[in-house]
Amino acid sequence: MADRQRSGSGRGMLLISGPLLYAVVMLAAPMAAILVFSFWTQDFLNIDTTPTWANYREAFSDPIYRELMVRSLKISAMVTAITVLLAFPVAYFISFRVRPERKALWIFLVTIPFWTSYLIRVFLWKVILGYNGVLNSALIGLGVIDEPLTLILYNFNAVVITLAHAFAPFAILPIFVALERIDRSLLEAALDLGETRLSAFFRVTLPLAMPGVVGACLIVFIPTIGDYVTPRLVGGPGGLMIANMIQTQFLKLNNAPLGAALAVIAMGIVTILALVFLALNRRFLRGRS
Amino acid sequence: MALISLTGIDKFYGTYHALRGIDLDIAEGEFFSLLGPSGCGKTTLLRTIAGFEHPENGVLTIDGQNMKGVGPNRRPTNLVFQNYAIFPHLTVAENVGFGLRRSPLSRADKTKAVAEALAMAGLDGYGPRAAHALSGGQRQRVALARALILKPKVLLLDEPLSALDRKLREQMQTELRRLQRQVGITFILVTHDQEEALIMSDRIAVMFDGRIAQLDTPEGLYLRPNSRAVGEFIGLMNLLPGMLRPEDGRLLADIPGLGAIPLPPDLVAHGAAPGPATFGLRPESLSLMSPGGALPTGQFVDGTVTERTYYGDMTYYEVALDGAPDPVTCSMKNLVSRPVLERGARTRLAWEPGALILFPDG
Repeated sequence: MADRQRSGSGRGMLLISGPLLYAVVMLAAPMAAILVFSFWTQDFLNIDTTPTWANYREAFSDPIYRELMVRSLKISAMVTAITVLLAFPVAYFISFRVRPERKALWIFLVTIPFWTSYLIRVFLWKVILGYNGVLNSALIGLGVIDEPLTLILYNFNAVVITLAHAFAPFAILPIFVALERIDRSLLEAALDLGETRLSAFFRVTLPLAMPGVVGACLIVFIPTIGDYVTPRLVGGPGGLMIANMIQTQFLKLNNAPLGAALAVIAMGIVTILALVFLALNRRFLRGRS
Repeated sequence: MALISLTGIDKFYGTYHALRGIDLDIAEGEFFSLLGPSGCGKTTLLRTIAGFEHPENGVLTIDGQNMKGVGPNRRPTNLVFQNYAIFPHLTVAENVGFGLRRSPLSRADKTKAVAEALAMAGLDGYGPRAAHALSGGQRQRVALARALILKPKVLLLDEPLSALDRKLREQMQTELRRLQRQVGITFILVTHDQEEALIMSDRIAVMFDGRIAQLDTPEGLYLRPNSRAVGEFIGLMNLLPGMLRPEDGRLLADIPGLGAIPLPPDLVAHGAAPGPATFGLRPESLSLMSPGGALPTGQFVDGTVTERTYYGDMTYYEVALDGAPDPVTCSMKNLVSRPVLERGARTRLAWEPGALILFPDG
């Protein structure tokens, strides 16, 4: 019996050894390296390997880093809010209004933005939002505005718009799944017990969809906070985020230890926020079997 | 006056005719059952009364009010769903009090009403529990309490017992009946279980193919089914092909295996005409006698036991009657003094001509 268990768990280890090795080499080792680096210091061309908190002290005392971190959080929060608010009606429509045999097709259509690369999509937004771009030309042509709008490219707004578009399918899918799992007889029961369709939505559909909404928030928020390409291409100076600063420290200012410290701090903040989301989700998952 | 009145109700799903001209009156305080096989339209009819289905033709009134265009939230009906539809994100008490949100009661009165409803449903002390942790029977009680707390004029029950195991189902059958007498509300029960309908109902509508085949009391349905289909659906029924033939100015029922006997007077009044006919005989109207024994009344036939099924309180025998094409089923109460016959035993059956049911062919 014990032998059998051992051989069983041995087989299990064998099965996961490949992915495990991959995860250790590709994820855990670089992260450990970053963590170690963050306690070293750059001494002109050499790395001083005496452990010190100096990088963290600098990261927390220099206002530029704080501003970039706060801006990253703000952009991510706005992107998350906009994406989830726009994704919910789409997911609701597909789940509740589309005929069952057509749902797979609609989900397929939702993934169309993924058919082109992320980079090309960001460039497309440059074309759309630019000074002589599609949007401005159209608005001028229609006589809505006299001169091109400048508040839509190379700033905070441009980053939010571009990221919200890029992450929309990621938000639609978890909300759709949560809505699909709602037993439709619960909504009939709410109607039967005196609620209108609207109040039944707020008393039954929305609370039961919350795990999907929280999941969508997590899926959008965590990757956007560390996004690097979009702020770089459409952000301008006012739309830069913490990831751009980390890259600058590593590659341009030749200060890898400070870049590492910033990366560790960003990771720490994301971890804390993710835990908050998870706690929220556990609260909403109460009452699910 | 009837509390619920349906006149000429037609319901289509595409080209499928789900309800075909339903006319039905249900009285106040009645325990009414819609009984039929799956797909007969009974649930559609219930959902029409609840307001979830909208008939293409016909008029539905509840308490004198025409229900056309009245949503389920504004009807004096509440529905106990087949899967109970308990809100998984709420506690038991929140589930039961769900419909009270719009009620003018004070918060304290609402809490009291919830406590009373829980007590009535036998759920004392379950209020703070999470609804998802309940057993099937408890979920059913929550669904009942949640519907009855709103004091509807009609409680609609959609196969409420089909998900429960047998023991619990039997217990809930008596409990539902007791509850209905206690609150005095009209109950309309949908079921495919004929035994359940017989046990619980004041009246039963048997439905086939979107039509009401027969509307009667449980006794009426069992003793006087108006068609073969109803007779076969309710309880066990021996169907015996035979002939009606006139002789000496009266009708003679000629049934192979049972013999030719004068048609009982109430079947003559039924409008019997000469020609081929099918006769129904319930298993309990046939009694096994030990060989050589005699009964003072009735007809006697001989046969051989081909199968027996022992149920504890009863034994069901299949007996091949001499001269009959198919075996008949007969049921006997098991008494200490009565030996259980084995397969292959010769036996004599006694039967009451008065128990014959006549189904004219065609």
